[in-house]
Amino acid sequence: MRKAVVPLLAAAGFIFMTAPIVIARARYESTMGLVQKIFYFHMPPAMLMLLSAIFCGIVSAIFLINRRPIYDWIAFAAAELTVLYGAMAMVTGPLWARKAWGVWWVWDARLTMSLLMWMVFVSYLLLRRYGGPGSETLAAGLALFGMATAPFVYLSVNIWRTIHPLTSVVPTLPVDFAFALWYSFAGFLLMYIALMMLRMTIERQRTMLDYLYLESEE
Amino acid sequence: MSAFWRVVWIVARKDLAIEARSRELLNTTIFFALSCVIVFSVSFVGEGGDGRALGDAAAGILWVAIAFSGTLALGRTFERERYGDTLRALLLAPGARAAVYVGKLVGIVALLVATEAVIVPLVALLFQARLGDHLLLISALLLFGTVGFATVGTLFAAMLARARSRDVLLPILLYPVTIPVMIAGVRGTAALLAAEPQLDMARLWVMMLLAFDVVFVTLSLWTFEALMTE
Repeated sequence: MRKAVVPLLAAAGFIFMTAPIVIARARYESTMGLVQKIFYFHMPPAMLMLLSAIFCGIVSAIFLINRRPIYDWIAFAAAELTVLYGAMAMVTGPLWARKAWGVWWVWDARLTMSLLMWMVFVSYLLLRRYGGPGSETLAAGLALFGMATAPFVYLSVNIWRTIHPLTSVVPTLPVDFAFALWYSFAGFLLMYIALMMLRMTIERQRTMLDYLYLESEE
Repeated sequence: MSAFWRVVWIVARKDLAIEARSRELLNTTIFFALSCVIVFSVSFVGEGGDGRALGDAAAGILWVAIAFSGTLALGRTFERERYGDTLRALLLAPGARAAVYVGKLVGIVALLVATEAVIVPLVALLFQARLGDHLLLISALLLFGTVGFATVGTLFAAMLARARSRDVLLPILLYPVTIPVMIAGVRGTAALLAAEPQLDMARLWVMMLLAFDVVFVTLSLWTFEALMTE
């Protein structure tokens, strides 16, 4: 599995290197102009944060049922990546909002729900770090509640009338917009998979180390 | 099913009996809620005005006081079990684990409702908020809001009872998850307190709270068993 990390990272690196060219060549959005280009680096991490949260919740549920440590490692890695990608979305979002809406932040339904979801996963990491023994089970329970907020994040823009663009915008994008979008999405996705693999390797080695340590004690 | 509710009743009655004798939680929770209200009154009542809170602040003050004092009460109920070393006994009791959870939940909801019975008239009095005008809607908002908050709170407090640094972890875990409930409660109450009460809006938020309650109760019942297994 570790062998796959290098080519994945190389592919992601290639995409990130060439993405500025693809984005620059994408059609110029007439109303928002140049700032709209942030979109290609805002929507992919935001969407991956949402997917990662759901993924973390599902894997945690499996862990609660069969208690195999591998699901716990995956859930832990997914929670960390949710926080990481959420941070990316929350850095690029205000940059765009400042130009498009004139403010860095508004308390709009989608922004609030995304922030809350991000906070749930930050608290997940805090619980795992400071909760002491047994916190992996408790964290799995918390992840389920984090997952429960995901539909609200996704639907919030469609149910409540907000100023954030609707989710239905994405499938209707013109071809050259869509290509640049999915191109950078692929970059973020490959990076996600590579980081997930690395994170799991660390967690597995940590468990092995604990095991060896216990064995040498006896 | 009747065996389930019997366990619920026994656990809830146990907590209520302890509370009726010591009144420890009731007294401290109500006093703490009162302190919260005073702290907020300093920040959200303009000077020289008519004593009304700024904007929708009265609704916010009410709900923040409930959430803060609720967190305190949640921590204490399980601290009591841990202190008396009765948590394990409670979990070993014959009958469904979920029934033990529901029993605890009933006890906490009863305690919070008692606190609200004191704090709601007080907020109405201190900030000239017309909380009594739509008694049915305001009660529905408070009840469903309290149930939503307490459902997640009871689960998290129970699972953290044996964790390290549980005192600080409880609010950290609880608030991000329950803020949607707080939003619904505050917006619904604010809609009722507006100069022209928006009843449709308040009803919508009651429905929203009900939806949150259903999701939270289902998830909690399902996870309690798994989380409390050692």
